[in-house]
Amino acid sequence: MYKYDEYDQAVVDARVDEFRDQVRRRLAGEITEDQFKPLRLMNGLYLQLHAYMLRVAVPYGTLDSRQMRMLAHIARTYDRGYGHFTTRQNIQYNWIKLEDAPDILAELATVEMHAIQTSGNCIRNISSDQFAGAAADEVADPRPWAELLRQWSTFHPEFSYLPRKFKIAVIAADEDRAAMRLHDIGIQLLRRDGVLGAKIFVGGGMGRTPMIAPEIKDFITADDLMSYLEACLRVYNRYGRRDNIYKARIKILIHELGADEYRRQVEEEFAQVKQLGIDPPAAELERISAMFASPPFDPAADDEVDRSDPDFAVWLDQNVRQHKQRGYAIVNISLKPVGGIPGDASAEQIDVMADLAERFSANELRVTHAQNIVLPHVRIADLKLIWDQLVEARLAEANLDLISDIIACPGLDYCSLANARSIPVAQKIAQRFADPARQRDLGELKLKISGCINACGHHHAGHIGILGVDRKGTENYQLLLGGSGAEDVSLGKITGPGFDEDGVVDAIERVTDTYIAVRQKGERFVDTYRRVGMEPFKEAIYG
Amino acid sequence: MVDDIAHLRFREDSPHEEPAVTLDSFLADQANATAVRIEPGDDARLLAPYIERLALVEVSFPTFRDGRGYSVARILREAGYRGELRAQGDVLVDQVPLMRRCGFDSFAPTAAIDPEVLRRSLDRYDYHYQKAADSLDGGVQPIWKLRHG
Repeated sequence: MYKYDEYDQAVVDARVDEFRDQVRRRLAGEITEDQFKPLRLMNGLYLQLHAYMLRVAVPYGTLDSRQMRMLAHIARTYDRGYGHFTTRQNIQYNWIKLEDAPDILAELATVEMHAIQTSGNCIRNISSDQFAGAAADEVADPRPWAELLRQWSTFHPEFSYLPRKFKIAVIAADEDRAAMRLHDIGIQLLRRDGVLGAKIFVGGGMGRTPMIAPEIKDFITADDLMSYLEACLRVYNRYGRRDNIYKARIKILIHELGADEYRRQVEEEFAQVKQLGIDPPAAELERISAMFASPPFDPAADDEVDRSDPDFAVWLDQNVRQHKQRGYAIVNISLKPVGGIPGDASAEQIDVMADLAERFSANELRVTHAQNIVLPHVRIADLKLIWDQLVEARLAEANLDLISDIIACPGLDYCSLANARSIPVAQKIAQRFADPARQRDLGELKLKISGCINACGHHHAGHIGILGVDRKGTENYQLLLGGSGAEDVSLGKITGPGFDEDGVVDAIERVTDTYIAVRQKGERFVDTYRRVGMEPFKEAIYG
Repeated sequence: MVDDIAHLRFREDSPHEEPAVTLDSFLADQANATAVRIEPGDDARLLAPYIERLALVEVSFPTFRDGRGYSVARILREAGYRGELRAQGDVLVDQVPLMRRCGFDSFAPTAAIDPEVLRRSLDRYDYHYQKAADSLDGGVQPIWKLRHG
């Protein structure tokens, strides 16, 4: 894992001091709320329906036990004893007092954490593959590149007042576990003629106008990465729309210019920027990469596991994934218990996960964009011990990638932008499909719920998506089918007229019944949908 | 509170007094002007052939949220402009350090800036991760340079 040196620490400490001063000026009335807003947003502090919400960055979703315990400590000390893990691999606290925020940041800084650029019209926390460094299918660990980007984007002087927020994801495998092409910039590492480089996609995103990012550069090496991205951002900063907040994301610029014209402008800018010597030397990527070296694996680690406990066996099959190292496994801890709030964890649960990581997973944890937690480096021989403790902590839900593993935004229960509630809908769906055997029979089924058009719950990318809207003062839920945020990326299509809360749950059941009736062997729900199209589902829903 | 522009200049020379002309006028028929005003939608690169004879470029910030002027500043400095580069308009104290890094060396904010807050804010960060306009001519070195020499 990355370790701060004196420079990294100095930057984060200075940020705490800066934000303390900004909060003091706001509380003293020296600056208006309008002036304070972009300052607090650049530090992840939102004003929500009931209180301030603080979003803490978990760079590329990686953290260690000490940092995880700090998250629990903050939940207990400054919030109501829980936190909410987000689709951008961060954690947010929903009940924060403005005057506490500087102290929270000071505590975070003691464990090399911060809330820098977790909101605002700037380059946000860099996200990545939650299996990085553990996956059998990666060409390299994407996190050193993500850390390079974290440093480059931190307080970037030119790109702190962009037209709109800017999200970057880095992956290094063909299987896309980070919704890479639904980001403003998606970076996929690959090897060409033995050289490690990156393919760059620009202009993806969800929101009210979802777009899949087109490829803008087929291959670029680390030597040119910063210059190239700086060129991408500069074209956007200069020409991205600022007249309409709903058209200000880079996807609209690229849609309006066309990918070819945008690429031409970037290349022209790159020719200028490359002269400036802004790319760090290879030694910097090497320095960072050394800190992401694999933990010492035991080459004699055993592959055998006792499957005699049927509940344990189900969890093994559903939540444990293959590791690159023989004798090891990747454990996915579901934060989606039936009836719970997707992504929420109590301080006690966060502590349990920190303890498990310390004891069994080389001290490492990951946050996933599906709002779950990963123990990346676990010996197969320890799986039963881990599962026993997860059961005790009510963290052993065996539903990874099943219909109850729902991504949901906070919705109208917390968010001031929402038109409809998301959490109760997620809970009702999970309850309707609570039978684990039924869920497993339905197989991989990614269900995603947003409480408004901004799409924080990724509804466009759900195999089944739900969008909550306000229809003449009542909550109404539209149903979408056929989206995907993975390597088979696609955008869902609306089935037809929306439903009320119970109606949408019924409609989903008719959709899954139809799938079971028409599926062919080995087909996932989304495969069947792609083969048969919308009609059979529409027929089943609307008759 | 400081409302005297002289206090927000980071240059040794005396302030340039000639009124600035718009970029369009400059390019159309006032090429002898030595001061130009850039609005957010203007393409600052069009000034590149003339920068040797310009003494002042004033970049307008109609709202603090509009960040196009940051790119304008860097583009002009990268092109070799050494005259006064002034941020004018809705410029807030917390933005001045970033603007300094992009190459602005004078400020004409619409609302007065507290000099004490400004001083703290300019002194706060000892290190920066990236190169910017303040790194040209061997100025501020980015952290990676400090790490690797």
